[in-house]
Amino acid sequence: MTQIVKMKGMNKYFGKLHVLKDIDLTVEQGEVVVIIGASGSGKSTLIRCVNGLEEYESGTLEVDGQQLAPKSGNPKALAEIRKEVGMVFQQFNLFPHLTVKKNIMLAPKKVKDAPETVANATAERLLNRVGIGNQADKYPSQLSGGQQQRVAIARALAMEPRLMLFDEPTSALDPEMIGEVLDVMRELAKEGMTMMVVTHEMGFAREVADRVIYIHEGQIVEQGKPEDVFDNPQNERTQSFLSRVLAH
Amino acid sequence: MEFQFQFDWQAAIDSIPFLIKGIPYTLLISFGGLLIGFALGIFFGLLSINKKWFLRWPATAYIEIFRGTPILVQVLFIFYGLPDLIGGPIDPLTAGIAAIALNSGAYISEVVRGGVQSIDKGQTEAGLSLGLSRNQTFWSVVWPQAFRRMIPPLGNQAIVSIKDTSLFSVIGVGELVRQGQIYIANTFTAFEVYFVVAILYLAITLSLSIILRFVERRGLASV
Repeated sequence: MTQIVKMKGMNKYFGKLHVLKDIDLTVEQGEVVVIIGASGSGKSTLIRCVNGLEEYESGTLEVDGQQLAPKSGNPKALAEIRKEVGMVFQQFNLFPHLTVKKNIMLAPKKVKDAPETVANATAERLLNRVGIGNQADKYPSQLSGGQQQRVAIARALAMEPRLMLFDEPTSALDPEMIGEVLDVMRELAKEGMTMMVVTHEMGFAREVADRVIYIHEGQIVEQGKPEDVFDNPQNERTQSFLSRVLAH
Repeated sequence: MEFQFQFDWQAAIDSIPFLIKGIPYTLLISFGGLLIGFALGIFFGLLSINKKWFLRWPATAYIEIFRGTPILVQVLFIFYGLPDLIGGPIDPLTAGIAAIALNSGAYISEVVRGGVQSIDKGQTEAGLSLGLSRNQTFWSVVWPQAFRRMIPPLGNQAIVSIKDTSLFSVIGVGELVRQGQIYIANTFTAFEVYFVVAILYLAITLSLSIILRFVERRGLASV
């Protein structure tokens, strides 16, 4: 098995705040890793380090065979990594000045020099795949939150990534729209996409994850198969977190 | 003796053909200056938000100097002062365009800075995460959105600069006010002529306002 992400002894600070402490983590190709933890535990920061949106201070990080040095010491590796790693954000971050279809076509055209017709065909195929083929010419603001997030997923997929990062993809959605986004993610996992997902959706984690990681105050406290972590947590911090989030 | 003033409509109408000759100069100085000012504004505005202090510092200095001194002093300095330095005269038209360019450039730098900084950081992150370079992210994601937000303050600056050209009558450019002064020197109809001059400025600025409203409505429709 190839390891797409290899973190060793990774440390990250925001000023004096030690947000990630000695993180050791590997992600295998095809694996779905769900990261859970309280707000401010460092779980978003962790996946933002994978595509270099956050720099880290010490340790090593290898993504898809590229060494990403601390303090983003090698821009070339960073550029390569970002081509291979897609990301979906909590706030969607669609480009409001472009139509849905143009949102998806932008990166293939600019980064891969894809011809207009090819980029267009890719965009249409992906929009159909996420179930909004008929909204291609609308602007993001004309879509519901759930639809916007599905466009954001399609936009990331257009670069044919080897790894997808999801940073709380349903946290900004109205409850009735969470399902449609999770459905798309479930499909993606089924098709064998390697995924790192930060989420509060415990049902999704239990059903889709190959591995669940619990982070507490910047440390990986517990990890394992979802049934083990959810039904038989070993660490008392995990137990207390789960009892709080699963109680209702 | 009873003093009675009567607005002389005939005098006002008669002055129009002569005054209108000033309009091409007013427009040339305004829009020539603003065009260069816009280029300066983009350049220094973007420098002023650069992470490197040695790029930021000169931009900040330029902005503070040209925003903090009167445009009248700037144009007098260029027209009467600079020839001493470069060893030859500068024609009034060039001096006028240069003054508008440098002055509006300072204000437009701030408009550019504000516009770019108003765009959510998530837009840049989304661009970068898709594999776009910093430059590609800036010019195809951030700038188009920032530019739309810049249209109203840019329009405002254009109107200010158009009116500022009236000061350049002091260096003898044959713009609107200068034409008025020359005309009044022969006819002594100050009230009527300045009234017409004011109307002509208003015609220019109102036309611009209407165009800008239209551009703004179309440009912002999708955001």
